[in-house]
Amino acid sequence: MIAILKYNAGNTQSVENAIRRLGYDCLVTDDVQLLQSADKVIFPGVGEAASAMAYLRAKGLDKIILELTQPVLGICLGLQLMCRYSEEGATTGLGIFDVDVKKFPPKDKVPHMGWNTISESESEILSTILPDDDVYFVHSYYAELSQYTIAQCDYILPFSAALQKDNFYAVQFHTEKSGNVGEQILTNFLKL
Amino acid sequence: MLKKRIIPCFDIKDGRVVKGVNFVGLRDAGNPVELAAQYALAGADELVFLDITATQENRKTLTDLVAQIAAEINIPFTVGGGINSVADAEKIIRSGADKISLNSSAVKNQKLITDIAKSLGTQAVVVAIDTKLIDGKWQVFISGGKVATGLDTVQWAQQAEQLGAGELLLTSMNNDGTKAGFALDILNLICDAVSIPVIASGGAGNMAHFKEVFTQTHATAALAASIFHYGEIGIQQLKDYLKTENIAIR
Repeated sequence: MIAILKYNAGNTQSVENAIRRLGYDCLVTDDVQLLQSADKVIFPGVGEAASAMAYLRAKGLDKIILELTQPVLGICLGLQLMCRYSEEGATTGLGIFDVDVKKFPPKDKVPHMGWNTISESESEILSTILPDDDVYFVHSYYAELSQYTIAQCDYILPFSAALQKDNFYAVQFHTEKSGNVGEQILTNFLKL
Repeated sequence: MLKKRIIPCFDIKDGRVVKGVNFVGLRDAGNPVELAAQYALAGADELVFLDITATQENRKTLTDLVAQIAAEINIPFTVGGGINSVADAEKIIRSGADKISLNSSAVKNQKLITDIAKSLGTQAVVVAIDTKLIDGKWQVFISGGKVATGLDTVQWAQQAEQLGAGELLLTSMNNDGTKAGFALDILNLICDAVSIPVIASGGAGNMAHFKEVFTQTHATAALAASIFHYGEIGIQQLKDYLKTENIAIR
């Protein structure tokens, strides 16, 4: 069973739709036991960092996420909350990745909105992606490049398009809205 | 490199696509779900659905429709028309849309932009602006272009950004339907005046018009309806052309 984390910053419907299109069963839940026993956990997110993190703490979900041992995939805000700190609302994140999340400098249109390519990656979830394949981004804040970066994207500056540490994976783009390329990445994750 | 987006737009009434659509291989040209899937397959980068349903009772049809479209397609889409409250917007987004588009309601109640941005994030809020050049001034019109507001278009665009819009959809009424090309002058004024992405709309008649708008303005996306729906320009054909013209296209 695939569990999609239910919290106050979800686009859970889109993620759920994508997983069902791929032929997997899933449920949207904040139940601790269901999250812990799931084969995979997806940590989606669209919204604002501070209120999302406050919600996770109030529900005790922050500690639960940190203790998960199965593959976990953070998407968009999910990725940013898995980092150490975000400039959005001066938010302390989960700290899975010792990385700061910063606001794009206003040198081009912000949010970074639309289809963009990512660097080649040997990561299991990204290795099938071709150099010209585009994925869909919508974000005003970015995770800095770090030792955990498994793919980077360039918009205004180079930033982390995807991160990984142990069983924790995270992508800044929306796999669930990135056409067939995104579905392939989701499939790669679900097959881990 | 970030790609320029090609966005087909559909008018929806009572759950059906209103204007005739002449898309090869369709069983039901009025069915928005089938159309959305076809356009996504053809390479559309995003889709926009504008609901022109008149009655409140039939609004329920719209949320059901949004859910069906979201279940079917794997690219982003925006839904606009008749969104007058945060609750309206939340319903649409929870049904699976990625963005909502505000037009008249944002002019009448500017706080609505801020309230929806707070609830759903600025990235989910598109402010659509219909503009017309009168006596040398670009002015904002609402209610489907029927009512003049007296607002200056550049000022309104800047205000919408400050209030929390994440993107603007600018339609020039002078150009809309003319097939003579996009309104490059007002697009340039708006793109330079705001720091959020701007979608160009109104006036596309041939493929060169898309090249023009992407090379002569900072618009990050171009929207069109009839030229796609009547098969005058194929999405993939347009994207191939723009690629050969060295425009960044998916």
